[in-house]
Amino acid sequence: MSELQSYLSSARDDLRTEPRPVRIVIIAIAVIFLVVFVVLPLVVVFAQAFSKGIGAYLSALSDPEAWSAIRLTLLVAAISVSLNLVFGVIAAWAIAKFEFRGKTFLISLIDLPFSVSPVISGLVFVLLFGGQGYWGPWLQAHNIQVLFAVPGIALATIFVTFPFVARALIPLMQEQGTLEEEAAISLGASGLQTFFRVTLPNIKWGVLYGVLLCNARAMGEFGAVSVVSGHIRGETNTMPLLVEILYNEYQFVSSFAIASLLAMLALITLVAKTILEQHLDEGQQPRGD
Amino acid sequence: MIEVKNIVKKFGAFAALDGVDLKVADGELLALLGPSGSGKTTLLRIIAGLDWPDTGEVSFDGENALAHAASERHVGFVFQHYALFRHMTVFENVAFGLRVQPRAVRKDEAGIRARVKELLDLVQLDWLSNRYPSQLSGGQRQRIALARALAIEPRILLLDEPFGALDAKVRKELRQWLRSLHHEIHVTSIFVTHDQEEALEVANRVVVMDKGRIEQIGTPGEVYDNPATAFVHGFIGESIVLPVEVYDGCVRLGGKQLNILADGVSPGLSKLFVRRHDMQVGPAGSGSLDGAVRHVRTFGPIQRAEVALSAGDGETVIEIDAPRDRELQTGDIVGLQPRRYRIFAAQE
Repeated sequence: MSELQSYLSSARDDLRTEPRPVRIVIIAIAVIFLVVFVVLPLVVVFAQAFSKGIGAYLSALSDPEAWSAIRLTLLVAAISVSLNLVFGVIAAWAIAKFEFRGKTFLISLIDLPFSVSPVISGLVFVLLFGGQGYWGPWLQAHNIQVLFAVPGIALATIFVTFPFVARALIPLMQEQGTLEEEAAISLGASGLQTFFRVTLPNIKWGVLYGVLLCNARAMGEFGAVSVVSGHIRGETNTMPLLVEILYNEYQFVSSFAIASLLAMLALITLVAKTILEQHLDEGQQPRGD
Repeated sequence: MIEVKNIVKKFGAFAALDGVDLKVADGELLALLGPSGSGKTTLLRIIAGLDWPDTGEVSFDGENALAHAASERHVGFVFQHYALFRHMTVFENVAFGLRVQPRAVRKDEAGIRARVKELLDLVQLDWLSNRYPSQLSGGQRQRIALARALAIEPRILLLDEPFGALDAKVRKELRQWLRSLHHEIHVTSIFVTHDQEEALEVANRVVVMDKGRIEQIGTPGEVYDNPATAFVHGFIGESIVLPVEVYDGCVRLGGKQLNILADGVSPGLSKLFVRRHDMQVGPAGSGSLDGAVRHVRTFGPIQRAEVALSAGDGETVIEIDAPRDRELQTGDIVGLQPRRYRIFAAQE
């Protein structure tokens, strides 16, 4: 009798979901994959960084070249995130709240940096601003340095990161529609008042989410920046570039020490992203009757 | 007074409004009634300044309203789904219109608080002032949306399907409440509805719309008792509609002459409209039409019978409401005579 029952109940389990061994195998594959490709590399980064003790780690980070790279990376991230914040909000606003010709085209254009190899993105700026480029001679004549300097690195980073804020906001703003804005206007609010009092508060979690991802990418960008930076030591090396240079010079502790900072940025981003996603879900909950 | 003249509004090839004229007197409570797609909401949004007509005029007290943006028109708009600001408390929602006023005319904080309190008292929801919209029921949101619209002391109050998203019981309560509120504050109000009962019960005057045109304007009694067009007769109240032929002042149904007057309708194919309760039921042969009772349902003071008419192809089935003084049975042959009726020439 009990055998029959257990047979029936296991048979029912089989119907409801995959058999137990299959479930275990599938979950195990996923976990092993993540361990090998994500967790192990992270562990290796920190292990290498601290391989000669905490003293060596700290002195690697306090090296003037490392400091310069950190400062440059923060500066470039600050410039590109703030500009992309403004651009992303404006683009999302235009796409979500107005009807106009070529809207689909604009949406695909925003996605372009995601589909173009970062090296190409860098090369575009070399072609535009380089010595042989379109605007190169004019810039040289006026003594303006774009390539191999902060402006070039910032431009390349902006290009690579501009989809993040817009992408985070477009679906959110489309879902929210324009009714609250119409209500605000009918109550006498001006365009700016409507934006700052109604639209912006409604999208603030989405904005933070976009900024977070944009920032992570801006600090971590390698390809495009590598093309335009010129690798001038202590001047135009960002953290990812310095990691590569130090590694090629067999300075493993210094290299992984800076890599560990980038890895920590990734971990912080991950946590912050999870928290923001929870807020976004709350904001999007249907307002049931 | 609000005056709308010859408004045309097209969305692509579709004419949402096709030459609409309307005058709304001060203090009126007017219903725009029509099926979906009749253009009533578009008309409301044009008056509010949320949409712009292709041609035509809108004036408030003789002043051209189309020269002003929505934010300058002082129109209170209550949206169908309320459109409350989801990140603001009830208090801040109601205060919004006061806070965005130009500094020169804006009330101070104490003045704003007093005014909001007054409005929340008016809609009897003072106790909810610290809640967020997501924490309110549908009926409460509706009343907050109304209080928010009233905060700016609008010259007109426009309500888009004000009860559309509510359940039946709350709807009934809110209808009476809206009517008494209008009685109290007397602001000129226009509301849009597709529910004839709502329009007839709440409004002083009803504007019946169809396909971007106004079919009839009148008091609830007028549009119900004297429908101007076939559409109005069919849309307001339940009607029996029979295809008839008018010929030599006689009215015929499937070749059988009915004992009614053609009422000056021009000869040709026409439609006879009779209210269910305006069909007199008697013994067989007592009226113009005979029919077999197919089914009877009895509720309250009436019995509703499905009757298959013997005239015509014999397949025409109508529903009538008869008083209960004479019990009908399935299978009875009864005589029918329209007491009150209207005949409209059939379109096309």
